[in-house]
Amino acid sequence: MTSLTATQGQTGSGGQPLVLLLLKLRTFIALIAVFAFFSMAAPNFLSAANFVIMSKHVALNAFLAIGMTFVIITGGIDLSVGSIVGLCGMVAGWLILNGIDLGIGYSLYFNLFEIILITLAVGVLVGAINGLLITRLNVAPFIATLGTLYVARGLALLSSDGATFPNLVGKEDYGSTGFYLLGTGNILGIPISIWLLIAVGCAAAYIASRTPLGRHIYAVGGNEKAAALSGVKVNRVKMFVYMFSGFCAAIVGLVISSQLVASHPATGETFELNAIAAAVLGGTSMSGGRGRIGGTIVGAFVIGVLSDGLVMMGVSSFWQTVIKGLVIIAAVVVDQAQQRLQARVALQQQAAAR
Amino acid sequence: MMTAPDHKIGLSVRGATKVYPGTLALNDVDFDVHLGAVNVLVGENGAGKSTLMKVIAGVEQLTSGEILKDGERLSLPDTRAAAAHGIGIVFQELNLFPNMTVADNIFIAREKTRAGIDIAAGDQKKEAVELLKRLEHDISPDAMVSDLRIGEQQIVEIAKALAQDARILIMDEPTSALSAAEVEILFRVIADLKKRGVGIVYISHRLEELIRIGDYITVLRDGVRTGARSMEGVDVPWIVRNMIGAASKDFAKTVQHEFGDEIFRSEDICLIGKTGKFVVDHVSLSLRAGEIVGIYGLMGAGRSEFFECIMAQHPNCSGAFFVEGKPLNEPDVAGRISRGLALIPEDRKAEGLVQILPIRENMSLSSLGNFVKGIHLNLRRERETVARFVRDLTIKIASMENPVSSLSGGNQQKVVIGKALMTSPKVLLMDEPSRGIDIGAKAEVFRTMRKLAAEGLGILFVSSDLEEVMSLSDRIIVMSNGRITGEFNGPDATEEQIIAASAIGHAPSGEAGHMNERKHG
Repeated sequence: MTSLTATQGQTGSGGQPLVLLLLKLRTFIALIAVFAFFSMAAPNFLSAANFVIMSKHVALNAFLAIGMTFVIITGGIDLSVGSIVGLCGMVAGWLILNGIDLGIGYSLYFNLFEIILITLAVGVLVGAINGLLITRLNVAPFIATLGTLYVARGLALLSSDGATFPNLVGKEDYGSTGFYLLGTGNILGIPISIWLLIAVGCAAAYIASRTPLGRHIYAVGGNEKAAALSGVKVNRVKMFVYMFSGFCAAIVGLVISSQLVASHPATGETFELNAIAAAVLGGTSMSGGRGRIGGTIVGAFVIGVLSDGLVMMGVSSFWQTVIKGLVIIAAVVVDQAQQRLQARVALQQQAAAR
Repeated sequence: MMTAPDHKIGLSVRGATKVYPGTLALNDVDFDVHLGAVNVLVGENGAGKSTLMKVIAGVEQLTSGEILKDGERLSLPDTRAAAAHGIGIVFQELNLFPNMTVADNIFIAREKTRAGIDIAAGDQKKEAVELLKRLEHDISPDAMVSDLRIGEQQIVEIAKALAQDARILIMDEPTSALSAAEVEILFRVIADLKKRGVGIVYISHRLEELIRIGDYITVLRDGVRTGARSMEGVDVPWIVRNMIGAASKDFAKTVQHEFGDEIFRSEDICLIGKTGKFVVDHVSLSLRAGEIVGIYGLMGAGRSEFFECIMAQHPNCSGAFFVEGKPLNEPDVAGRISRGLALIPEDRKAEGLVQILPIRENMSLSSLGNFVKGIHLNLRRERETVARFVRDLTIKIASMENPVSSLSGGNQQKVVIGKALMTSPKVLLMDEPSRGIDIGAKAEVFRTMRKLAAEGLGILFVSSDLEEVMSLSDRIIVMSNGRITGEFNGPDATEEQIIAASAIGHAPSGEAGHMNERKHG
């Protein structure tokens, strides 16, 4: 877990470093606490079947939250991910059902692999549009992605006149069968969507910690001007994070359509808010420059487990919403305390070094 | 010198100590403000003058010690409390809102209102005009502050302090951006304030200026008071002795070395500013390997903008740069760094460092390419290289994983220098390399500059500190209003020549002069 490695630098003894360690691991501790609580309070919570179901729920939010984390670290925000989920689901559904009408009486059908690639490309394209609006036209990220939120959702609705694309089984002749596997298939007893999450999560964590690109993402969010003067290509970094966020959203669109074997244009509404919540819960700072992929994934699990657990306990969904909000606020308050304590410890070390 | 012996003490500071992370900014300092007199406070950068004034103005709180008024202990938790006690301050850094008008700025947070709600804009404007007239300027109260020259902005800042009708007025380097004529006006205003019984605290680096207008002098060195007396009989050598002490400036030239070939050249660099005037006006200069060239000028002379042009921050600047005789056509910073240029920006906090990132990541930010195989960063090699530079530059750190914000100013500056050096540059551009760092760190930075020059680097640096420019430079270039107005051989230059060159193009003496300039400005 990334939040664990972050604490290795601390070697001091005494109460303060211990408190700091606990604060740093707070999301993880919260996850354990939530688990422990529901194990006792909710019947059937501790069953393998329930774990698989929960992790499938969590995975959807976690994909979006990973993309969102990079965006937020650069000091931006991506409100359009929920709409990209909906749009990409519709694109996949359209391609499987209708192919592309070439207008000469023939339609071009793609095989499953091509359909997935095209859908991912659409997600990346919407991300690229966000990026261009922000870097070239200097639109504030909040506004630019709010705009694409509406445009993408509108296009999704237009594609089917608001109807659902049902029964996405594909046709043997075109090689487009088997779409349902993406959302419901298992490898070694673990759902494919979880394998995908592991792959995307590891790739993102690697980018964040071991590549120049990752460094540049943090630098841009920490101080854009200083980063630019240090030779960081700020615009390219921003383009990347929005395109990556679009890519993650496209995956989610594919997985949901596949799970349902149908695409509905309203899929993904308010998903962006859950993604932001997971990132913030995982210690990502909305002012940029700080955040970890590992933390975000744990944050997504806390939110997911909390809501599933509350459902199993039979708590009213209205109360669930209240509890989720309180957890997010508490997370940020604790985060502030950690920052203050961390700064104090660093200053003390520095004073001791002189 | 007229020094009446019966100046009442309006405010006194006793045993002031202020600890910042990593620095002792003030160490048991006593300070008195005499009313109806100019109380001069002098010391090197980082000696603690600004800190002491911030304490009196309620911006900072003392770690220990007290502030007394009429024998009673004052608590000044914020600027509002200080203002209530009649203390006003003109900050060294301009604290104006560029997006608001002159009148709005003068009355910010003290707006004249009707019934506490509706701003009496007319009254504000009228009073603003009167204040500016007292300062002998005809700046329109409706002008946007962002459209004013730096010198005019400073006048507005002074007007803002005057508007408070302060009993004690602190002026922290009020003349740094003013031309000679504007300085004269300010002095007349100060004389007028003195007559009204206002106690003025005056901070400046221009020693002659201090001797001319001061009644009392206090000298600080490294946070300690090294001298305090009435101005009678004080001369420049006395001030310098107390300012610098036995540890005289050891950044003076020690080793002589030969210069190499020309390593950097600029030809006809022009940059048009927001107001349509030249900010950088046909600047051509050349730099040889191993040479240190100092660029001197007042604030707003276009020096920083020139550096920004070199580092591709202004895509619309015209002219040509050459590195080792070959044209510099790279359109972005990364490209220019790869050609051997490195900039150490003026504002460490805003432009030099990413405060929340660790020291290690800050230092390697410009040179990550050196540690990459494919896309993989070799963290061990990065750590080793950073550790080597930390050692070479004697940066005092507890751990290179701590955020850079935990360091003192001097060490932060060395981190910025380290970042630049890690790109193995040929030309180092340093914008105010000694700003806000203490005297020890300053000497080390200067020694480092000398060493680097001896190793064959070309160094171009900008400074507003005349002494620094004169003692450090092999060659001195003076800029004013965006133009090069003088070029001197380091050892031959005199202060008078340099100051005269830096005032060229500013308002000439006499009132008609600056009125005219404003008209066609």
